[in-house]
Amino acid sequence: MQLTQYTLPNGLKVLLKEIHTAPLISHWLWVRAGSRDEGPGLSGISHWVEHMQFKGTPQFPAGELDKTISRDGGFWNAMTYIDWTAYYETMPSEKIDLALRLEADRFINSQFDPKEVESERTVIMSERQGNENSPMFLLDEDVQQAAFDKHPYKHEVIGHMADLKTITRDDLFNHYKHFYVPGNAVLAIAGDFDTQRMLARVEELYASVPSGQAPTRVAQDEPAPEEERRVVTQGPGETVFVKAAYRSLRATDPDFFALTVADSLLAGPSNLNLFSGGISNKTSRLYRRLVEKDLAVGVSGGLQATIDPYLYDITITVHPNSSAEAAVAALDDEIKRLQDTPPKIEELLRAVKQAKALFAYGSESITNQAFWMGFAEVFDRYAWFENYLERLAAVTPADVQRAAQLYLRPERRVLGVYQPDGSPEAE
Amino acid sequence: MTPRSAIPGADDITRVELANGIVVLARENPNSKAVTLRGSILAGGLLDPDDKLGLADFTASMLMRGTAARDFQTIYDSLESIGASFGFNSGTHTTGFGGRSLAEDFGLLLQLGREALLSPAFPPEHVEKVRAQLLTGLSLRAQDTRDMASLLFDEMVYRHHPYARADEGHPHTISAITREDLVNFHGSNFGPRGMLIVVVGGIPAAAAVEQVRAAFEDWHNPQQPAPVQLPAWQPLPARGYRRLDIAGKSQSDVIVGTGGPLRRAPDYMAASLGNNILGRFGLMGRVGDSVREKAGLAYYAYSSLGGGLGPDPWLVAAGVNPANEEKATELIFKEIERFTTELVSEEELSDSKSNYIGSMPLSLESNGGVADALMSMERFQLGLDYYRKFPDEVNAVTRQQVLEAAAQYLKPDQMAVAVAGPPRTEAA
Repeated sequence: MQLTQYTLPNGLKVLLKEIHTAPLISHWLWVRAGSRDEGPGLSGISHWVEHMQFKGTPQFPAGELDKTISRDGGFWNAMTYIDWTAYYETMPSEKIDLALRLEADRFINSQFDPKEVESERTVIMSERQGNENSPMFLLDEDVQQAAFDKHPYKHEVIGHMADLKTITRDDLFNHYKHFYVPGNAVLAIAGDFDTQRMLARVEELYASVPSGQAPTRVAQDEPAPEEERRVVTQGPGETVFVKAAYRSLRATDPDFFALTVADSLLAGPSNLNLFSGGISNKTSRLYRRLVEKDLAVGVSGGLQATIDPYLYDITITVHPNSSAEAAVAALDDEIKRLQDTPPKIEELLRAVKQAKALFAYGSESITNQAFWMGFAEVFDRYAWFENYLERLAAVTPADVQRAAQLYLRPERRVLGVYQPDGSPEAE
Repeated sequence: MTPRSAIPGADDITRVELANGIVVLARENPNSKAVTLRGSILAGGLLDPDDKLGLADFTASMLMRGTAARDFQTIYDSLESIGASFGFNSGTHTTGFGGRSLAEDFGLLLQLGREALLSPAFPPEHVEKVRAQLLTGLSLRAQDTRDMASLLFDEMVYRHHPYARADEGHPHTISAITREDLVNFHGSNFGPRGMLIVVVGGIPAAAAVEQVRAAFEDWHNPQQPAPVQLPAWQPLPARGYRRLDIAGKSQSDVIVGTGGPLRRAPDYMAASLGNNILGRFGLMGRVGDSVREKAGLAYYAYSSLGGGLGPDPWLVAAGVNPANEEKATELIFKEIERFTTELVSEEELSDSKSNYIGSMPLSLESNGGVADALMSMERFQLGLDYYRKFPDEVNAVTRQQVLEAAAQYLKPDQMAVAVAGPPRTEAA
């Protein structure tokens, strides 16, 4: 199961991995375009472009694309995140050429028909309204907004409603043409194929795509905040949520793995699998401190591998008989404990064993393996992923303590509280 | 290049019935270093008294909170320190369980399963912790337009039938449940008769069966009741409409539907292939094409067919702006009318069939996927070669059969329309 890496003369990076355990192939095309690449007035445009990629090319007209894939028993979808947009198809091996032709085609030939743009505008506004129904979305949006001054990470991937109303067809088309160039994309394919033949086919399909210009980026480094920021989101419901979002590290930062272990000890192991669930966190420090002591009914941590420093967040669902203040005080105590005393080596060994098990689960799915290949390449190199367990194992108790001291200081965070309307606990 | 059939069948599934009635199915996956365990016992929400609705669910949530041998932290320390997981969930008919671990740790998974099922301790302080979690879950449900539309829908479609009840209960019924209720529910209803255990992964099937036998064959419970027989269900006499206001929301959820075929019904496959055409195929079938693609009214609009042990719903659901509720409902009914009065096209049926046949290996890619397939094969008595024969069963369905199944179940004048969303004045 050797990985083959190759870069086409036009700049397209190709990663291929033969896996012959099932007659399936998973095909992923990644583009480094996400909310990170959206300037003022254009929030949500990367996600909207992703939607438009399902709206047809001259060769595969709208309405035909989805039918063609489904007819062959494949499943496909796309997703937009802060750093990237990814399109994938997993299909019976003998049918994969369709996915190859389709992605190569819509990479350059999507039409962005004005009528389709208008119809999709209301679909995306509806998607956003669906998100707004969730208290967590409302809190997340406020916390993100407060966490950055200028960096586009400050807005949600779906975009502001005001921008969704005003983005034009030309804005969308320009964004597409600017970012969808070979040097800004990664093609990752895993499954039941022959590498040489697959590579030849990829070259045939992409050789004629002009290399284009390297995209310019709006994102600029932004220093971590120097004092704690607080936001209160009010909305319907009865449940109080707390979100503590600390300015995090880019995935390539040498301290990223120490922070990963800190997260694992505090809130349970992060799951790098997109297509396979994680494991529980009931022995994590924060669960024991918050949930077992009836301050919360749930707690989770989220550390993500990103291009620029994003947010490490801890989300607490506050116990009906407790308060946001009590939960935050306990959170701060636990973080201080990690800052004051290095963890035991057993705790670190456990974090590594958990990560190993999660890797074994993730390997069952070819789709998940192909996901890993492209994902790591978007923010670093595939080696980041290959060396993940090794780098995790190399983290020492002192590294974890230092990471907690450096990166989990209150002044680096936004503290957000979702306060239900009319609740007597309102701050 | 594929070393063996990717599709499970009688020649690579081991099925054994233990002396106490437990049915065990196992299949080795030599490519995997992990093992998935799944199972179910015959005790679910159907056994809940009306005033203690949610009792089966509450009981399931307590099983991992402490046993005769280990307390809560010891249980989870055993699991999490090896990157394993194990848990319970409760449904209408059964309580399910499942977990996974590295293959070398499978013995521990089984041991924990045994302790949780046979000797849960129901520690009083955990009864209250779990109660608070369940009540928080219910208060979040009350704010979720999709969940609330679904509750409303069940109340309408299944009046006078147990499916009208919410398995997770309501705040007053969860508050009424005592520790004694939990202990008694477990003692009276949990037992090996009707129990299924499925093991899939990097462990030889025969060895897996023997380990399950060693862990569970000595379990007996003479009190275990006979399986609940569902009463007959009647569709609504006329179309019904109900709407629930939830203040402060942006979007409304609309559900249109009625009861559908049993999984074992002869017309199930025709209904299922038809449902794929109605609201799934491609980007959510005809409904998605009409409501989302052409009208741009919704981010999601799809149909769904339950197909279980009872008359599970056959429905169409959409999330829309409150101003568009009527328009979307109208479009949905238009599609249902067409679907129940006109033959689907040759092309649609052939597309739907090749989609089913082509995507089957994909659903069987992971240990979890195979375990789910084995569970359904046993629960619905489909036979061990079901997935090998699946293409033939799919290909045998005709356009006429699809129309007959559609007309049989989806009667537009006997359907429920359930909506949950912001008050109309607030949205305007």
